[in-house]
Amino acid sequence: MENKTLNSSQAVYEGIKNAGINFIVSVPCVNLQKLFDLVDEDEEITYFPVTREEEGIGILAGAYLAGKRPCILMQNSGLGNSVNALASLCQLYQIPLIMIMSHRGTKGEPIIGQVPMGKATPKILESLNIPYFKPETPKNAKEIISKSWEKAEKEKTQIGILLEISYWKSGDD
Amino acid sequence: MIRYDAIKEIMEHITDELVIGNIGFPSKELYKIKDRNKNFYMLGSMGLASSIGLGISLSQNNQKVISLDGDGSILMNLGTLVTIKNQNPHNYILIILDNGAYGSTGNQETYAKNTDILKIVKSMGYNHAYEYEEIDFNKILKKDLKEPVIIRFKIEPGNSKSPVIPISPENIKNRFMEKIN
Repeated sequence: MENKTLNSSQAVYEGIKNAGINFIVSVPCVNLQKLFDLVDEDEEITYFPVTREEEGIGILAGAYLAGKRPCILMQNSGLGNSVNALASLCQLYQIPLIMIMSHRGTKGEPIIGQVPMGKATPKILESLNIPYFKPETPKNAKEIISKSWEKAEKEKTQIGILLEISYWKSGDD
Repeated sequence: MIRYDAIKEIMEHITDELVIGNIGFPSKELYKIKDRNKNFYMLGSMGLASSIGLGISLSQNNQKVISLDGDGSILMNLGTLVTIKNQNPHNYILIILDNGAYGSTGNQETYAKNTDILKIVKSMGYNHAYEYEEIDFNKILKKDLKEPVIIRFKIEPGNSKSPVIPISPENIKNRFMEKIN
């Protein structure tokens, strides 16, 4: 089993663990389902779904105030639902958090409805001055996510991790 | 009774609890009535005072969290009531100051004038959903809670003369965090 190709969901999970992230909320995407199971089974992580991403950002801000390391797992469409919370709450108070997003509407997208937001996503992050990363392989994702919390906390910023459709096909699952 | 008097009434009972103030006048009035390091003044992000309170209550077990929300704000984030019910924190009291108006933007009417928010809350299965004037708030506040409590406080529209909060967002955050962690 050693040195096998990292599974794409497992790699994100291992990055989350290395980063010490211990409070996660989610809104579903089909690409995130295995990851949801991994974080749900982890007793060190408080994990639960929310009704809308903006609500999730509010909850994560509270969790950070109470000493947690927060992260949201969502589709990139949820970034659109979260913009004001990111600016008027997280940026205003300099609250760090990690957003791990399934980036739909990218190469290989079968659903036309995902395309406009898929294109807008990086520009929205840029307009908010939120640093983001686009890991292409599980190895790369694990490395980036592992270091993400340290960077977010040090720079008092939110960080986006965009995992495109091709990413989820890059592992052995 | 207007919001200022309602917050004053609530704060007379508050001792150790963490208090989240809603955006706009509610936070300004809370600041004027009783500024304390254990107050978090939400200056932006309308709708999220109840969510911030939920995140805090689920992240620490030692302190009670009170969110002072409004009817317009709850209507903007109704899903919050579903999430709070399902996560079921034992140390969380959400107070909805219901004046049927968007108070900070000129008292435009909200739908809460015709749609009973407390009925919505009760329909979600909360075991502790109350009208403020029908309860002994202090007794509930000091009780060892097992489940979240939602309280609707019916008031009249109207704002007090309260100054802008002269504390930077970062300081509001830092002094609040020092009190929790």
